[in-house]
Amino acid sequence: MSETKPAARPLSPHLQIYRPMLTMMMSILHRITGAALYAGILLLIWWLVAAARSDTAFDTAQAFFGHWFGRIVLFGFSWALIHHALGGLRHLLWDTGRGFDLKTVEWLARANLIGAIALTILLWVIGYGVMP
Amino acid sequence: MVALTLPKNSRIQPGKTWPAPDSGDIREFRIYRWNPDDGANPRIDTYQIDMRKCGPMVLDALIKIKNEIDPTLTFRRSCREGVCGSCSMNIDGTNTLACVKHIEEIKGPVKIYPLPHLPVIKDLVPDLTQFYAQHREIEPWLKTDTPEPQAEWRQSHEDRARLDGLYECILCACCSTSCPSYWWNGDRYLGPAALLQAYRWLIDSRDEKTGDRLDNLEDPFRLYRCHTIMNCAKACPKGLSPARAIAEIKKLMVERRL
Repeated sequence: MSETKPAARPLSPHLQIYRPMLTMMMSILHRITGAALYAGILLLIWWLVAAARSDTAFDTAQAFFGHWFGRIVLFGFSWALIHHALGGLRHLLWDTGRGFDLKTVEWLARANLIGAIALTILLWVIGYGVMP
Repeated sequence: MVALTLPKNSRIQPGKTWPAPDSGDIREFRIYRWNPDDGANPRIDTYQIDMRKCGPMVLDALIKIKNEIDPTLTFRRSCREGVCGSCSMNIDGTNTLACVKHIEEIKGPVKIYPLPHLPVIKDLVPDLTQFYAQHREIEPWLKTDTPEPQAEWRQSHEDRARLDGLYECILCACCSTSCPSYWWNGDRYLGPAALLQAYRWLIDSRDEKTGDRLDNLEDPFRLYRCHTIMNCAKACPKGLSPARAIAEIKKLMVERRL
């Protein structure tokens, strides 16, 4: 028998071929929003430190948050926070052993996604409403 | 480790398109091929078959292709009725059993790959060595201290009913290989199938090693890499929920500390 070296086995495709499903996408989005909150918290810290430091520092921070670009960043931050918080509630429910029925799982994913967007818009509508 | 792309030797190349039959209700099948003997990368071969002369399931089409078009096409199959778990593969983007997947349910060309993120032995046959080792790792047998009874270990109807939704697992590996967490950490995370089996023994009223079993699972990777992504429950061809079983194990971990 002749000796032949077996070829190195390829790895079967995974992410490249798996059908993207809402639940799976929501899981990665939970991660992404969670990571984004680190950046968001830095903004909050900047604002607080600036307030404690001096008038000029605070004015600089306020100018950034008042600028349209700053507002978009804040809008994104508030959405990430709400989305991640609602996701946290979803996980809390699962931790009790409930909500595993596939229909419920699908409903929870939609509720999380739509609820976060709705609450974020509501927050900003109220925010602009009470702003002098 | 998270690796979003495939290693060089695993990247898929275009393959052969086999001639279509002259007429009929033609359906296209795009199938992953890899031959260990030719040294080439994996490729996708396209087959076309007349659905009027083919059974309704994906497995029927695979068998027809092997019998009538290309005898080199390699895949596992046995019972052809969703009991043995041999013909698990990735069909139309999700893991399932070829024998219970209706071709009619699929829109467009039928795309067939081996179970995801496993070493490929040939074509649609992946290497499941690690998967089986993980099943052994959870010691899937009755463990007791009490001397064996003369006849059998008795169990009430209620206690037996607790095993429903767990004992039906056929170890087809559809769930574990659908799980991104298992893709990235399959060497340390036990995966949905092994954990569902672990829970099946944890809650068996006759088993007396619940504590040992929990000790064996109390590990940041073995159990806690489950992030409730839900691919497992969606993929299971038997309609079981490994995700729920894992959540119940996590609950047992908490309960025993209270």
